[in-house]
Amino acid sequence: MSTPSAPAMSPVELLRWAWRQLTSMRTALLLLLLLALAAVPGSVVPQSDIAPADVTRWKEQHPDLTPLYERLGLFSVFDSPWFSAIYLLLMVSLVGCIVPRTAVYWRALRSPPPAAPRNLARLPAYVAVETDDTPATVLERARRELKGRHRVVSAGTTVAAERGHLREAGNLLFHTAIIVVLLAFAYGQLFGYKGGAIVLVGKGFSNLTTQYDEFAPGSLFDPADLPPVSFTVDDFEVEFLTEGPNQGQPVDFGADITYRETPEAAEKEFHLEVNKPLVLDGISVFLVGHGYAPLVTVRDGTGEVAYRGPVVFLPQDSSFASFGVIKVLEAQPEQLGFDGMFFPTYSFTMERGPFSVFPDALNPAMSLLAYHGDLGVDDGDPQSVFELDTSEMEQFEKADGKPLRLDLAPGKKIELPDGLGSIRFDGWQRWVKVQVSDSPGKGVALTGVCLALLGLMGSLFVRRRRAWVRVTERDGRTLVEVAGLDRSAASEGLDDEVRRLAAAVVTTTPDPGVDTGTSAPDAAGDDMEVKR
Amino acid sequence: MTTQEFAAFSDNAVMFAGIVFVLAVLAHLAEWAGSIARPAEVPAGTSTDAGGSVAVATGGDDEREERRRLRIETSGRIGVALTVVATLLLGAGVVTRAFASEPARVPWGNMYEFTLTGALGCAVIYLALLKHYRLRWMGLFLTGFLVVVLMLANLSLEQQAGPLVPALHSYWLVVHVGAAILATGAFAVGTLASVVFLLKERVQGTAGSRLRGLLDLFPASDDLDRLAYRLHAVGFPLWTFAALIAGPIWAEYAWGSYWNWDPKEVWAFITWVIYAAYLHARATAGWKGRAAAILAIIGFASLLFNFVGINFFFGAGSMHSYAGG
Repeated sequence: MSTPSAPAMSPVELLRWAWRQLTSMRTALLLLLLLALAAVPGSVVPQSDIAPADVTRWKEQHPDLTPLYERLGLFSVFDSPWFSAIYLLLMVSLVGCIVPRTAVYWRALRSPPPAAPRNLARLPAYVAVETDDTPATVLERARRELKGRHRVVSAGTTVAAERGHLREAGNLLFHTAIIVVLLAFAYGQLFGYKGGAIVLVGKGFSNLTTQYDEFAPGSLFDPADLPPVSFTVDDFEVEFLTEGPNQGQPVDFGADITYRETPEAAEKEFHLEVNKPLVLDGISVFLVGHGYAPLVTVRDGTGEVAYRGPVVFLPQDSSFASFGVIKVLEAQPEQLGFDGMFFPTYSFTMERGPFSVFPDALNPAMSLLAYHGDLGVDDGDPQSVFELDTSEMEQFEKADGKPLRLDLAPGKKIELPDGLGSIRFDGWQRWVKVQVSDSPGKGVALTGVCLALLGLMGSLFVRRRRAWVRVTERDGRTLVEVAGLDRSAASEGLDDEVRRLAAAVVTTTPDPGVDTGTSAPDAAGDDMEVKR
Repeated sequence: MTTQEFAAFSDNAVMFAGIVFVLAVLAHLAEWAGSIARPAEVPAGTSTDAGGSVAVATGGDDEREERRRLRIETSGRIGVALTVVATLLLGAGVVTRAFASEPARVPWGNMYEFTLTGALGCAVIYLALLKHYRLRWMGLFLTGFLVVVLMLANLSLEQQAGPLVPALHSYWLVVHVGAAILATGAFAVGTLASVVFLLKERVQGTAGSRLRGLLDLFPASDDLDRLAYRLHAVGFPLWTFAALIAGPIWAEYAWGSYWNWDPKEVWAFITWVIYAAYLHARATAGWKGRAAAILAIIGFASLLFNFVGINFFFGAGSMHSYAGG
């Protein structure tokens, strides 16, 4: 392995070298910036955990890019190997920084402030002043003055003091707390879950995976751990602005629910609102949206009722014009399908066609297209309830060959051509979308991030400073030298501090200008030499 | 006063604030123009050095120099005075905006209002620190920046006053957005210091440039660097609180999950990471000064993108989209 000219590093040396590289500040900095860069695609490309529907749409629009993006993990950036690699390296780098620094800090905490340098005048802040007080008095005053905020050590003719150890403590606390937050976040991601369900007003919901429209469990979450909570949506109310420039904006919406924590528990009532979730042990229920479900009655070719009830339509915009699909599986002799829009406050212009002018159901109407044939649900492939597979179906047409559009007002019934059935728009009801979730470890994460903030403030705002006072006998008077050093690259006010200290040690009153008959007033004015 | 009257008053106050800021820009421009010395006419520094021996010859120069200084000083003072007036007007506009909807609410319910309040935050921080840190050199940059911001707010973000959407019915709106606006103000002023730091470095490199007279207006590079650091050191904990504490707590209450990788969250995180890198860079010898200043500017760019860009480019894709215009 080794060549005669340049001896190669032994594996141990190589490891040590690699460790030093990884834990160096420069590497940590680069990793930090890399992490920022790596997060960018997560905001640009739709993410499958967050917006699965957007991912599907994106994939349809960009068939060529999809395989490449999938290989790169761009649809789940925050779980991708490369993103994980960066933050794991950063964590290791953090630990590699914290551990040795804690050891250094521990030693620094227990060691006394360093002895005074021989030439105090060389320090960034320096004041020399002469006084008639004895050296012992001056040193005693210095000790008294510095005690409290500083750790003070006297040695012969000098007093050495140091303060601001909390700066490094804050620094260490900040970095340790960051690790705690990252671990708590990872724990929550692994053991938590998040699901969404649409519940019709008047209907109930039980906390089982089958009841969810979408369910995203953490990779280590066990569905058996779902708390057996159930609830019924008793009522839902929404109020919209009926005037002014923001007409149509919702003012408030909320749902009254009755819930049981366990099947045996007593029923309780709760008013669910945005920003007012139902928080129970291991589960939180949030109101995140609402919409309309038109009530329809569909009769088939035999004249029997093939479907009667509500159909959930999804709002497409803030006017709550909603799209939905009606699949009539029971219809004979052929299955029937409808898709189209529900308009809560129907209006029509030649330019725009039908649209909704207001989100409340003031003048509801439906506009549907109808199909007959095979709905394709027997193939076994799972189908979305919001999509109609018309590949095996034929559209109803008017005599002129154009698609037959069924425009329905409440109570109106339309017969389908060829005696294949009829559809009646009976009315409408509302549904609410609830999000049910649990993120374990959130308390730890919150504590961690608060501690991190505390540590951060300590590491930014605590000043680590040293001060020395030395006395020298000269011609029967005492030369007092005071010097200061800032160890945190924030030397504002250091001069003032040293000057104040000097003033305090040569006189009993804080102001050197009113001294007691000694030459100190002059000293304060003339002899005092401040150097930066 | 009715809500409509409050709304109209607010719009007017903001408009006048914009106009007065433009006047402040002109005053600071005059200050700058006076500072750009003609190298042939005023050989900087020599007139005072040689003062003793050629007293008669330099007498006229001294007088001219004195007049020039007075002109610069006066323009600068006028600029600051106009900035104070404009800030008061803007403050009145922001406060009355709060009363322009029924019931009254914090004036940061949509992008237009965030922008107004953020601009007010920048102006207030500048004025508050003006005396202690002698920030007048920043005047032209700051007023220019605010004019652009107010213009953009009026052109592309303006929205009629109205009540909050239900998603914002929470006192966390006050805490979360308030802290974010304060942090933005501190970062904005800090970034200006970093920009000037880089400009100064650039101009110093070009010997004999007429721009060199300008350098007298600016503080020493070290002071600029330290000022930038101070402001970022204040902004960073505020941003940490806004984006990583108050935001997630509210998200947990409103959306059921404290971190959702929403585009706005992702970019708030990116911004946080860049500023964390800035603070580390300041602590690392090789990255001080220039590299740190560049990082600060990148950080602010990312902050601005998060503030405006997310709502424009991602729109409905972001859960923060109710903030849009």
